[in-house]
Amino acid sequence: MKKSSVGLPVHPSSTTKIGHAAGLPEGLDRRELFKFMGASLALAGVTACTRQPTEKIVPYVRQPEEIVPGKPLFFATAMTMGGLATGLLVESQMGRPTKVEGNPLHPASLGATDAFAQASVLSLYDPDRSQTLLDLGEIRPWSAFLGEMRLVLEEERSRRGAGLRILTETVSSPTLARQLTELLAALPEARWHQWEAAAPDNARAGAVLAIGSPVNVIPHVDAADVILSLDADFLTCGPAHVRLARDFAARRHAGSSGAEMNRLYVVESTMTATGAKADHRRPLKASEIEPFARSVAAAVGLGAPSGSAEAGGPFAADRFARAVAADLQRHRGRGLVLAGDHQTPAVHALAHALNGMLGNTGWTVVYTEPIEARPEIELESLRALVADLGAGKVRTLLILGGNPVFNAPADLGFRAALGKVARRVHLSLENDETSEECQWHVPEAHFLEAWSDARAFDGTASIVQPLIAPLYGGKSAHEVLAALSDQPEQSGYELVRATWKTRMAGEFETAWRRALHDGVIPGTALPVRAMATASLPIETRLATVEAPVSKTLSAGRETGAAAVARPAAERVQTGAETLEITFRPDPTIHDGRFANNGWLQELPKPITKVTWDNVAAISPATAQRLGIRNEDVLELSFSGRRVRAPAWVVPGHPDDSVGVTLGYGRTKAGHFGSRAGFDAYSIRPAAALWQGAGVEVRKTGEKYPIAVTQSHHAMEGRNLARTAAVEEIRREPEAIAKMGEEPPPGLSLYPPHPAHGYAWGMAIDLSSCVGCNACVVACTAENNVPIVGKDQVVRGREMQWLRIDHYADGDAANPRHIFQPVACVHCENAPCELVCPTAATVHSAEGLNDMIYNRCVGTRYCSNNCPYKVRRFNFYHYSTQFRAPSMRMLANPDVTVRWRGVMEKCTYCVQRISEGKIRSELENRTVRDGDIVTACQQACPAGAIVFGDIADRESRVSKMRRSNLSYGLLAELGTRPRTEYLAALTNPNPELGEARPA
Amino acid sequence: MSQVHDHGRGGPPVIGPGHTYASVTDKISSIVLARRTPLFWLLGFFVSFLLTMVLLGAVGYLFAKGVGIWGVNQPIGWGFAIINFVWWIGIGHAGTLISAILLLLRQEWRTSINRFAEAMTLFAVACAALFPVLHLGRPWLAYWLLPYPNTMALWPQWRSPLVWDVFAVSTYASVSLLFWFVGLIPDLATLRDRAKRKGFQIFYGMLAMGWRGSALHWYRYETAYLLLAGLATPLVISVHTVVSFDFTVGIIPGWHSTIFPPYFVAGAIYAGFAMVLLLAIPLRKVYGLEDFITMRHLQNMAKILLATGLIVGYGYVIEAFMAWYSANPYEGYMIGNRMRGPYAPIYWSLMLCNIVTPQLLWLKRVRSSPPALFGIALVVSIGMWLERFVIVVTSLHRDFLPSSWGMYYPTIWDWATFAGTIGLFLALLFLFIRFLPMISIFEMRTLVPEAGPLAMQPIPEHSVAGEEG
Repeated sequence: MKKSSVGLPVHPSSTTKIGHAAGLPEGLDRRELFKFMGASLALAGVTACTRQPTEKIVPYVRQPEEIVPGKPLFFATAMTMGGLATGLLVESQMGRPTKVEGNPLHPASLGATDAFAQASVLSLYDPDRSQTLLDLGEIRPWSAFLGEMRLVLEEERSRRGAGLRILTETVSSPTLARQLTELLAALPEARWHQWEAAAPDNARAGAVLAIGSPVNVIPHVDAADVILSLDADFLTCGPAHVRLARDFAARRHAGSSGAEMNRLYVVESTMTATGAKADHRRPLKASEIEPFARSVAAAVGLGAPSGSAEAGGPFAADRFARAVAADLQRHRGRGLVLAGDHQTPAVHALAHALNGMLGNTGWTVVYTEPIEARPEIELESLRALVADLGAGKVRTLLILGGNPVFNAPADLGFRAALGKVARRVHLSLENDETSEECQWHVPEAHFLEAWSDARAFDGTASIVQPLIAPLYGGKSAHEVLAALSDQPEQSGYELVRATWKTRMAGEFETAWRRALHDGVIPGTALPVRAMATASLPIETRLATVEAPVSKTLSAGRETGAAAVARPAAERVQTGAETLEITFRPDPTIHDGRFANNGWLQELPKPITKVTWDNVAAISPATAQRLGIRNEDVLELSFSGRRVRAPAWVVPGHPDDSVGVTLGYGRTKAGHFGSRAGFDAYSIRPAAALWQGAGVEVRKTGEKYPIAVTQSHHAMEGRNLARTAAVEEIRREPEAIAKMGEEPPPGLSLYPPHPAHGYAWGMAIDLSSCVGCNACVVACTAENNVPIVGKDQVVRGREMQWLRIDHYADGDAANPRHIFQPVACVHCENAPCELVCPTAATVHSAEGLNDMIYNRCVGTRYCSNNCPYKVRRFNFYHYSTQFRAPSMRMLANPDVTVRWRGVMEKCTYCVQRISEGKIRSELENRTVRDGDIVTACQQACPAGAIVFGDIADRESRVSKMRRSNLSYGLLAELGTRPRTEYLAALTNPNPELGEARPA
Repeated sequence: MSQVHDHGRGGPPVIGPGHTYASVTDKISSIVLARRTPLFWLLGFFVSFLLTMVLLGAVGYLFAKGVGIWGVNQPIGWGFAIINFVWWIGIGHAGTLISAILLLLRQEWRTSINRFAEAMTLFAVACAALFPVLHLGRPWLAYWLLPYPNTMALWPQWRSPLVWDVFAVSTYASVSLLFWFVGLIPDLATLRDRAKRKGFQIFYGMLAMGWRGSALHWYRYETAYLLLAGLATPLVISVHTVVSFDFTVGIIPGWHSTIFPPYFVAGAIYAGFAMVLLLAIPLRKVYGLEDFITMRHLQNMAKILLATGLIVGYGYVIEAFMAWYSANPYEGYMIGNRMRGPYAPIYWSLMLCNIVTPQLLWLKRVRSSPPALFGIALVVSIGMWLERFVIVVTSLHRDFLPSSWGMYYPTIWDWATFAGTIGLFLALLFLFIRFLPMISIFEMRTLVPEAGPLAMQPIPEHSVAGEEG
């Protein structure tokens, strides 16, 4: 047999068939057949071509250097809250940002994040985001807007900018500051105003009061042995809280190793996560914080001679205040007094004075120049703007971000004044309440879409680097401001680079690339300012507190802070019958900017575990006195305005006080944000931005259902979240183990699972956990966990794989609180595995309790039999949230999106474990401790969660599990959980007794 | 010797006086063949058919949307579906007990009630078997619980009680069906022979499988029937024991209890006899069958009800006692929560229904009053449903970690599905009494005086020869 040239065997007859070519009555020969086949294939190909979609598919001719399909890249950027930055590393999957992590090099992050940063990536893809530039509701191109701004510029040039006003949120961005300065230089009569609903005006006023000039305060919580918080929720609120929680937690471990553990006293007017972590907590009405601070100050000998009851105020003889003062005095230079942003300037001034007096300044607290581009009392700034608007002085108002129509103080009349402006421009992420009142609406680029820069709490600057081109053609504030310049088409990139070209040391391109890579610009932290506050005549300053404090900040403006700073005695005497009201930023949606973020809406508030709503918090005693029960709809009347709010009884809330949170009750927020909760801004006057007396409460007789993820907060005497005083552990090191009993291993009817290689396990330190929820959102983001909506949460069907249990035991007026994060504990004898009829949940050799989604038929038996109740079931097709095209880009490609009728639960981030193992195998080594970090662990500001190989005796998790504080939750059932908990240590002051309530 | 002669000593006879072979056959077969369909039947069937349509709608909506339409949640993963499953399975038990165990024990009074009790078993099992499939998250994959050869080379997970359930229930259903059908064959032949219309002749003729009533037929029939009775007897015990394993194998306080198997079996018989009474009392009235289902039957069943009720009551008491005696805080909380928690009214109603009410049966006056018996049977049926509610829901809603405690509220779809299965059950039952002899004709004939004392034995003389004392 001869072979054809291509080496195929050819039948000998095929060469003799040529003669038969015509006619072929007997049918096709093979050659002919191939011809026809070839022709038809070609034709089929041609016809198929015409059916191709017209879009061009272009393969990589040369693969981009860094993109390997399936391999995520991380880019450093930063997110701002209240103008101040937290450094982030954002994961990019083939160009899609999918997950936010902290930047370990950034001082405000140290690798951790908060819930807001974790959820920010959802806001990026939010399909409700504004997608078009509008002029009076008509879609317009960007060029039309540029033309309009050109008009404004020409118009205003002749009047030196007298008709131009710019309203921003708090600005720390050097580029934006530069642009504003340049604009104001070109148009000297134009004005720039700042307003942010949760701005720390009081802290600024307090600093001026105590020190004489606005300063930035940096507490070194890790250096403090004794901390007194005067209504400061420093562990879960504020621009540095991620860092402060880390520093705080660093001193909560200390107790076990013998070093001194810190002691936290919290005096607060609402029940916060920081209060829950206190060794001694005292609920006080907001107006009582200042007298309390004065009493402590008097007791340490500040101002008036100590011992004089009048000088000491109503708390002079108070046991708690005296004990705190004595403790602070015993720890001179190692104590720390923190004042909450919402407390009066006087309280801030007292905190500065106390720190100075006690020698803490320079050790546990340092001062720098302000970080904001222009520190000012923002309320005054807004008031001045409203005055100008009302007077008809303003022709053009540029609102760059923010939502002042929604969140301006109710009595300022911002909305009415706004109507008098001829040309109103609003730049925002959503077509919101303010956009509604403006002719021009410019869709804002999300921070992951645009170039910018920002400073952190210590002044460290970061470049905000975009990871994706604007999804909806959004523009940054820089680009909108540039439109008012001679180079209107400058891009954000050029603007930011222009700022830093002159400011970066060394060769610019190298420094720039370094800054982008690291996420921080070296040497930009502000220098510590030497300060000798002890010598300041604090009492003199406090006595003259009526004087307009903010004059030094912004000359010529009447102060609102002064009104809030009136000597507190006046307000204390209003008596118990008068109810006070406190306004606070919401723990999950902040000032309302995250109202349309489903992850944050469904995130349980740290203490109440309420989702999708805000509530009017009242103490159990007050509730009883007024006959109020949970979910009763109340009508709150304050300063002549009314709002209807559902009541929620919060143990630990001070009596005779109603606590409300801001940000809810939006009307134009999108699918999730509109209609959720009530609008507390509607009763928030300028004179009482954070607290005020005289709120009237009336029961309407209606009920409003509230969705909570945890309805029972008592531990029922069970040893679930164990806690002990550090002294107790010193006396009896095995105290924690003795609280429960653990059956010996090997009692199971079935043989143990064969184990080889790694043995994954986790340890969670309850002493560190501050209940901040960062881990919960991190888990949601990493694992494509769906949100289910309020109606499903009401029915107990929330899907979060990780929850933070909150227990409050003891006296209802001031109970002992403890947080306990609970996800699947990966039992070695897992009750769920035993009962699954289809082997959909099975044990891996490395000890993981694996869930095989496509094997699950949904009997829910595993969930019933799980003593930890950590399994989550898709009662409906919840994952339809990924159907919106933009939301599909959000999903983590390494994690299956689950279908209806399937059980799911924590996997210890098995995709990260696999990734780590593959990486180690490529490098021909075993996985090193710390190589694999779960999403919750990575996000945790306090470093409470540690994951690793428990077969390796030297791993961090092994060492933690060997601690005498380590115990297994419900280990008495013989489940042998792989996640163990380290009991929460407390460090009570012996003078105040062991019990936490003072 | 046989108890038939002891009629006079105790209560009323097992068959009314004056009946002959012919009158028995006439009376029972006429219900199917001759008599006009009564208004009662038409109305009853119409209502139960409507309810069956409700079931169809509820199931259709369920398949379209998912189990989210029910009230189940975290932590209460099982709700009405499993409650109804256990309840229906329990009801089925009386049929098998009457037909198999009472046959082996030669309680000849069983003869007039065994046929429809068995039919009741089958229909109850049919209703029960719906629920484990319906309650799945992905019901179209229910067959994954079966050990069929597949490309994934995967077997069910044999340690799971749900897999045991599949076998227990399917075995039970097939043996019950077989037992019922075999018992029907001689009567189907009777109907074939008496049917006037061609269609009925063919219908019954097919089902009668060529029965001619020869001695050999009878011999084989009796042997097969006895063997099936022997097979069915352990199933009465095993099915509900396995069903109780669904709970006892779990570690949830309120489930993890060794008393469950016997207490579930007793409860099943209790519920089953209550249902037999519920059905028998109106049927004998409407069809004038007081001669066949006599007061003797009702009284005997009442006595069984009382006895099993006491066993069940013992179960409740011992459960509470062990919770205290074990000093296990979770068990202790569980029983306290049942008694004082949010579902306490249900717990105490259960006690009232299942322990207190049946005590009336100690009174002969109550045992001899069909309306009173009907009322008590109804209360017991409700009580047994509440018992399953207490076991399933109150155990799950507050288990180990107070942080995950929750509440269960059934939705309209839970109720619709439950009501729908009652409709399906009744509709099947109405079809049964219309098209098949609801009382065994040939066995009843053994009870008439013509049959003579020896003929009273439901099984052939020779097969038990030597046992007669």
